[in-house]
Amino acid sequence: MQKQAIFQSKLLPYALVAPQLAIVLVFFYWPALQAVIQSFLLQDAFGLSTSFVWFENYIDLFKEPAYFEAILRTFFFSFAIAVSSLSFALLLAVMADKPLRGSMLYRTLLIWPYAVAPPVVGVLWIFMLHPSLGVLSRYLRALGIDWNPLLDGDQAAALIILAAAWKQISYNFLFFLAGLQSIPRSVLEAAAIDGARPMRRFWTVTFPLLSPTIFFLLVVNIVYAFFDTFGIIDTMTRGGPGKSTETLVYKVYTDGLLGGNLGSSAAQSVILMFMVIVLTGIQFRFVERKVTY
Amino acid sequence: MVEEEGFRRYVAHIILWIGIAIVAFPVYLAFIASTQDNAVIANGQMSLLPGGHFFETYYQTIFVGTSGSTREPVGNMMLNSLVMALLIAVGKIAISIISAYAIVYFRFPFRMPIFWLIFITLMLPVEVRIYPTYKIVADLHMLDSYAGLSLPLIASATATLLFRQFFMTVPDELLEASRIDGAGPFRFFWDTLLPLSRTNMAALFVILFILGWNQYLWPLLITTRDDMQTIQVGIRKMITTTDALTEWPIVMATAVLAMLPPVFVVVVMQKLFVRGLVETEK
Repeated sequence: MQKQAIFQSKLLPYALVAPQLAIVLVFFYWPALQAVIQSFLLQDAFGLSTSFVWFENYIDLFKEPAYFEAILRTFFFSFAIAVSSLSFALLLAVMADKPLRGSMLYRTLLIWPYAVAPPVVGVLWIFMLHPSLGVLSRYLRALGIDWNPLLDGDQAAALIILAAAWKQISYNFLFFLAGLQSIPRSVLEAAAIDGARPMRRFWTVTFPLLSPTIFFLLVVNIVYAFFDTFGIIDTMTRGGPGKSTETLVYKVYTDGLLGGNLGSSAAQSVILMFMVIVLTGIQFRFVERKVTY
Repeated sequence: MVEEEGFRRYVAHIILWIGIAIVAFPVYLAFIASTQDNAVIANGQMSLLPGGHFFETYYQTIFVGTSGSTREPVGNMMLNSLVMALLIAVGKIAISIISAYAIVYFRFPFRMPIFWLIFITLMLPVEVRIYPTYKIVADLHMLDSYAGLSLPLIASATATLLFRQFFMTVPDELLEASRIDGAGPFRFFWDTLLPLSRTNMAALFVILFILGWNQYLWPLLITTRDDMQTIQVGIRKMITTTDALTEWPIVMATAVLAMLPPVFVVVVMQKLFVRGLVETEK
């Protein structure tokens, strides 16, 4: 945990941590505390008086069907985004892991979408699949699909999931490729000598050895789907039509901004904080395991 | 032996090219749209080959902006994004490296509580505390300022942890040697530790620059003036007006311009990028 060779000084270490500590206290702890306090308060409609209401904001929240729907929707989105993006990225990574000519070029051509910002992803995809001018919408309509994600909630959800999964392919690809390259060749060769065909080799040897990477990526993808999809949703559907693409983060945003219901918005923030803490806790436990193995 | 027969190799090449096509198509489309005429696009008659409006569209986008919703030249938005991204990247590295130095190389009361105070920030992204943070930034009169854009995003522990981990691997003999040479804490930091950290700093810079440039929710909340908006916020405002009025070539040119700097960084500094990504996620 600590070095043997150290410096002796009374004030210097405090001066060195001071800038970061100040920023963390003012812009992290103070607002987080405010959110917790706010979530126990109720403000009247004119913002003139506030009263301490214990868990009323939370209870109201869980009585609200829209909140439950938003929770379910967020988990469904996360799951759909994670599964579709992970499986496609794994397929590409397995292919790129083979000794092919130009494999470095393939890697470069597959990782750059990591750098595309979520709102830009939203703009690109709504343009491509816009009901009236989208280039791909013509083909969907030719297939007999009545494509209009601006009016149809299920189609809007599908569009968000596709766009969000698209952005995450490069990230997952990169980590899968690193995971695959760390599998010793000798293990695969042994399986080959035993007569295992490539497909069988993948499912019985590669896939189990890759499971730590898969688990790590699953958590990262869920956190991504919780938070980073905000920009995609905001540029594509604004949570609509109806509330069909409103995730938990998007609801915090709209309830606080438009509704002006700060108590409820704060309670939602606190619940989100808990969810993230649980998710990161799972991730840390896993990371520790990876280190000791 | 694990050898790939010719047929399987062909399949791999084909699947990879399909993957590249899926990944690249939306971006290709954006570039094509930015070179075409708005009326043609609005009719849904867009061709898949470049049109002849490249210079015209990009000139208008960078120096003039759209004629409708937000009239800010995109060049100015890019400047705001650049300043914000650089402040976040440089600020985070600077405050993190010195606090990690204090935590690893000094022993002082409250060392561990301070470390934990910083460490916990790792857990919560800015999204879960946006309104309280907004209120504080407003109380400090930092709305519509570069300080307000960047400071709340600097408040996180990733970089501190990374430097702490790295400092722990630096051999103690180096400190003893420079002590014999008569170096104090400043000299040791400046002459020994900083040069050793150069690659780590560069890798971290690449990641933080991309993350900073791509920030969206926070700038959206705290910028109200058009001349302070970042490119990510600006592009959303361009498509707020009803569809018929959206100037798609300009929107798409803005999308291309918004992608250019971070994608350039990823492609050109690929080694540092991969290293930074893997290390910040550990």
